[in-house]
Amino acid sequence: MVEALYNLFGGEGQFLYLLAIVASILAIVLPLLIGVAFAVYFDRKIWAAVQMRRGPNVVGPFGLLQSFADGLKLFLKETIIPAGSNKFIFLMAPMITFTLALISWAVIPFGEGMAIANLNVGILYLLAISSLGVYGIIMSGWASNSRYAFLGGLRSAAQMVSYEVSIGFVLVCVLVKVGSLNMSDIVMSQEGTILNWHVWLFFPVFIIFFISALAETNRPPFDLPEAEAELVAGYQVEYSSMAFALFFLGEYANILLMSTVMAILFFGGWYAPLPALDFIPGWIWLLAKTAFFFWTFAMVKAFVPRYRYDQLMRLGWKVFLPLSLFLVVVYAGVMVYGGLLPTNG
Amino acid sequence: MINLADMAFYLFAFITVAAGFLVISARNPVHSVLWLILAFFSAAGLFVLLGAEFLAMLLVIVYVGAVAVLFLFVVMMLDINFVELRQGFLQYLPIGGLIGFILLAELVALGSAWAFGDAVGQNLAAPAPAADVQNTAALGQLLYTDYIFIFQTAGLILLVAMIGAIVLTHRTRPGVKRQDVAAQNARRPEDAYKLVDVKVGKGVALPTKKG
Repeated sequence: MVEALYNLFGGEGQFLYLLAIVASILAIVLPLLIGVAFAVYFDRKIWAAVQMRRGPNVVGPFGLLQSFADGLKLFLKETIIPAGSNKFIFLMAPMITFTLALISWAVIPFGEGMAIANLNVGILYLLAISSLGVYGIIMSGWASNSRYAFLGGLRSAAQMVSYEVSIGFVLVCVLVKVGSLNMSDIVMSQEGTILNWHVWLFFPVFIIFFISALAETNRPPFDLPEAEAELVAGYQVEYSSMAFALFFLGEYANILLMSTVMAILFFGGWYAPLPALDFIPGWIWLLAKTAFFFWTFAMVKAFVPRYRYDQLMRLGWKVFLPLSLFLVVVYAGVMVYGGLLPTNG
Repeated sequence: MINLADMAFYLFAFITVAAGFLVISARNPVHSVLWLILAFFSAAGLFVLLGAEFLAMLLVIVYVGAVAVLFLFVVMMLDINFVELRQGFLQYLPIGGLIGFILLAELVALGSAWAFGDAVGQNLAAPAPAADVQNTAALGQLLYTDYIFIFQTAGLILLVAMIGAIVLTHRTRPGVKRQDVAAQNARRPEDAYKLVDVKVGKGVALPTKKG
């Protein structure tokens, strides 16, 4: 993607290359932010539909512009910084959350060769960035100098660290079959019809990944960091105006990222379900799959009651960790002794 | 013409050193841990510039994502009195200075051995893997074929340390109520309540354990 833009600009000098990088970052971030605004709208609409309400329907046709109105409102509000807070860290925390939510998209391939950075360790990069996501939350909880915020921050940090472990094992299962850490290679190993998608081969692993992704993004039923009945709003209590908006945008960008990663790992990325449907561009297929997973995230939010904290920890450490470890052994064993290992690695 | 890679190196190197200095000079221990995280992160950037992208990602995942989170957890929950902390500071100065001096002397010795020793130089120039072998694959080849016994021994040592930590800290306390999830799920409505027709003027008594 960067190369193509670079050649388009004339293809000379490294500062032109830098310009091409910036241009391709903008080409992903701007649609992403608009997508986040609509994702919030669809989330609220789906939630309302399940509860037989109308949802946002006033601003713009069908309420489509509601998120933009909310964003404008937040932009015009005053940023309140609590007197006892640690000002620098207090303001850094939402920026870190937002930045980390955006930079993960650098390795996502939207089509063949359509990624900003086609890293050889792409999937590890995603893991690294998502493990950094804890800091935005834990820093905001500590810097707010409020008990609710601190408890929310601690809960969230413990939760994200716990579920990252099983996500790691799930990724190992898939990587043993693919033989590469490159995101594009993972998609390309699923070329062909819908039957080649990983979801059939790795169905139990996919279920674990889906539930862990809910926990990792602090979505219901695992939204304990902001459990409003106990903690008011967890780590976000003291935030207002754009600082709050950055948290909110980061959260939804992370949910979209997890949906996209699921589409790439298990549902064939940019490939069409049947080769006959190849005339539709790959990135549209990826968007459609992402939208589907976002829909499932929203439905889970509408259906499932919130977990208790000890149940959440039990599920992560006593159920998912042994189960995913066992699955790694099973899948690796079958592939080694069945002669199914990839030969390129 | 400035090279972008050189600029990136100086940026990461400067941030690593500056953050490392701030780790020990920051007054607030939470700030120290945050600076430490920044130092780890820029060290990962240096690894990327070296072409060791696998090590860079592992550094971020393991140290920043797990170890530093634990540090931060512990430090945030400490109840630290800063005035008390600074009172006995000078009495540790001689021993601290001594340890610092020994470390410095060892670093100088190491640097000069690197520069003058022949055998050391040969060891340092490890054979670089062929250009088409990926970073991850090259590391895997080395760890799981050439160094498999050392690797397994390291794993065993970690396992022993883990079991040791659990044995040393685990204690059974009386009166702790535990949740038995299987028993909770197996519980039916009939076990929990029963409907009783209460005769007028008679009332009901709770059933005893035996009856």
